[in-house]
Amino acid sequence: MKNKVFMIILTLVLITFTALAKTNITCSGSTTVLPIAQATAEAFMNALPEINISIRGGGSGVGIAALMNGTVDIANSSRPMKAKEITQAKSKGIQPVAYAIALDGIAVIVHSSNPITNLSIKQLRDIYSGKISNWNELGGSNLPIVVISRDVSSGTFEVFNEKVMAGAKVISSAQLLASNNAVATTVSTTPGAIGYAGLGFLSNKVKAVTIENVIPSEKTVKDSTYKLARKLYMYTNGKAKGAVNDYIAFIQSDAGQKIVQEQGFITLK
Amino acid sequence: MKTIKERTFQVIAYLASLLTVVCLIAIIYGIFHDGLPLFKVISWKDFLFTNNWYPTYDPPGFGAWALIIGSLYVTLGALIIAIPLSLGSAIFISEIASPGLREIVKPVIELLAGIPSVVYGLFGMAFLAPLIRQWFSLDTGLNLFTSSLILGIMVIPIICSISEDAMSSVPHSIREASLALGATKTETIFKAIIPAAKKGIIGSILLGFGRAIGETMVVLMVAGGAAQIPNSIFKSVRPLTSTIAAEMGETIIGDLHYNALFALAIVLFIITFLSNLITEIVFRPKRQK
Amino acid sequence: MNFRRGKNTFWLSIMTLMLIITAGFLVVFIVRIITLGAPVLSWKFIVEPPREAMTEGGIFPALIGTFLLTALAMIIALPLGIFTAIWLTHYGKPSQLVNILHIIINTMAGIPSIIFGLFGMTIFVNLLDLNVSLLSGSLTLAILALPVIINNTEEAIRSVPADFSEASLALGATTRQTISKVVFPAALPNILTGAIISVGRVAGETAPIMFTAATFYSRSLPHSLQNEVMALPYHIYALMTEGTHPQAQVPIAYGTALVLLLLVLLIDALAIIIRSYMRKKRQW
Repeated sequence: MKNKVFMIILTLVLITFTALAKTNITCSGSTTVLPIAQATAEAFMNALPEINISIRGGGSGVGIAALMNGTVDIANSSRPMKAKEITQAKSKGIQPVAYAIALDGIAVIVHSSNPITNLSIKQLRDIYSGKISNWNELGGSNLPIVVISRDVSSGTFEVFNEKVMAGAKVISSAQLLASNNAVATTVSTTPGAIGYAGLGFLSNKVKAVTIENVIPSEKTVKDSTYKLARKLYMYTNGKAKGAVNDYIAFIQSDAGQKIVQEQGFITLK
Repeated sequence: MKTIKERTFQVIAYLASLLTVVCLIAIIYGIFHDGLPLFKVISWKDFLFTNNWYPTYDPPGFGAWALIIGSLYVTLGALIIAIPLSLGSAIFISEIASPGLREIVKPVIELLAGIPSVVYGLFGMAFLAPLIRQWFSLDTGLNLFTSSLILGIMVIPIICSISEDAMSSVPHSIREASLALGATKTETIFKAIIPAAKKGIIGSILLGFGRAIGETMVVLMVAGGAAQIPNSIFKSVRPLTSTIAAEMGETIIGDLHYNALFALAIVLFIITFLSNLITEIVFRPKRQK
Repeated sequence: MNFRRGKNTFWLSIMTLMLIITAGFLVVFIVRIITLGAPVLSWKFIVEPPREAMTEGGIFPALIGTFLLTALAMIIALPLGIFTAIWLTHYGKPSQLVNILHIIINTMAGIPSIIFGLFGMTIFVNLLDLNVSLLSGSLTLAILALPVIINNTEEAIRSVPADFSEASLALGATTRQTISKVVFPAALPNILTGAIISVGRVAGETAPIMFTAATFYSRSLPHSLQNEVMALPYHIYALMTEGTHPQAQVPIAYGTALVLLLLVLLIDALAIIIRSYMRKKRQW
């Protein structure tokens, strides 16, 4: 009886394994890059059905660690590899090569009723570190500031942290939300809130403030006058070869960049 | 020939048991091996009792007090909600309901105990949190209260089903004796049934405690994630489990942050181990051969 | 006397109220999942992979992934768990050793699932170099299910009356023959029930597979044990937290949740039905 049950299960398992052997590309890493990787992979696989691309999130660190262990073909990262990571990779015989695939700007957003239109990086830092706790200190209405930040595991947070906070700590009462979306939704419904999210997540429900008098837009991100901008990367071990190279080349091509734009990110050129 | 078969069978059973032991040892070894290096850098007192969780800053802060408090508060809140509801329901099912009703309600409660936690998380995140934010006009619905409520609903079936087992296994003679002495149903329940089923009831609560404090997906999706000591039940918290799940992604293997997350796992393990040990030693009736 | 009767009625109503509140919560919960999940469900939703940046299409790879993870975990955990239970009930000596093993099993049963996830990540993914894969995930889930299976099997075996094995042994059968020919068949229905319940539990776990097996997106099915897989519970989590098109993805998350819920409830209902059927049929 027991053996029969096992045999049945085993047969079912084997049947499902008989999918054709395909060229498999695995990539893993930043959750910010996920939508780009996923949407481009879909288009790429439609064109080349014999290739399968598997995409995992986890965070930039996970992707890079997996690349070092030789377990993925591509590591997605929303930040450049850290010096420490590069040394560690080289000591394991891995030669990370970076491919920029898209640009991303981080917009600072407030509730649509908030009269504030511009913030300096220093003011932003003071808000997030808790030195400024009421909008009237910035010439706004008398309303406590509700600080909304991202999980420390997100690449968006890392970039914000590096470019704005410069070593200062985000106040511990800040809400740490799990996604760009959650930030945008919370800000849109909370009069005193301030948050930050990728440019792709802006809508008419929230107000994006200018930073140092620069509007976050495709243009200002591309000419790098907007300060809170970054590149998104794919890392491979050595120069990309074969199907991996085709895939990355596809993302960088016009067709790929169009998908990048559709996903709310900014094209390289 | 026969004896060889006998021996082989016995050896297989023995090896299987040994492997089980090895698994537990490997789990403990794994988390301690990767967690203990943290304490070369900071003392365990600072780790446990300072409120300074800034793992990605330079220099990093690894004070986990707010996370431990977060876990305890959420669990406590869940139990405050779950204990009266589940014990009340258990008493109803065991003592008040007609046998026909019991036949239906009991399996349904057992079924509910099997609902995957991520489904509760989805319910909390997409439905309950916005509702609670509106009702209490809060900044966010992702807070201590919402996560306690969801966790509470989640552990009700567990506490209810086990304590109901304990109550219905109280011998009928006790019930009948109490009623025959002129006690009302309520008096019978409080003075005879509950004292007799005490061990099972406390055991079920401890089990609910263990389940709630170890739950990851619900708090990851619903607790809000601010590493603070909450000053109201409507503030966000960051329990141990969701910290591990949310941050493991960004660590570099072998990094101090990586070690710190394993150190959190050690804390979690010790808490659940102790609650288990108490159940095991004090409350579980001796196994009968 | 009146006071006592009033008090009696009061408390009985309180108990009833508690059950009604509990039932109310759970009804709202289940109705919510069903009403929002059901509109998404269709045959296509079951048999198609996700499309259009996860805003359309179905959950087929996740369904298969969950099936494979669960099946493999059971193939690993069942023999191990059953043999451990056999050792505990028939061979375990001295009794202190049995007690220690019981403590170990109960400790394992109480470990939070995220710790199993960490363990799987360090041991299977990193140390044994199995990568994030079907195999790593199944092994992790197997260890998670092990204590439940052992406890259930042990209980099932112990519930077989001692007369059975005594009679068998008295007729000259060996311990092994007694176990495999007499005790095990008698205990099988209960063992199966326990196994089915752990299937339901394993299928719904998210935390243990987050770092060991689950992937966000993969169109084709895994073709080796080394492949990473999509899984239903992780799919729900990923859609809710990593998705970028909430208007389209939250309904899909509800649909996925409904499928998972139905799957788990059906599996558990099956177990409960088998058990009550066997209890009625049982001769002893």
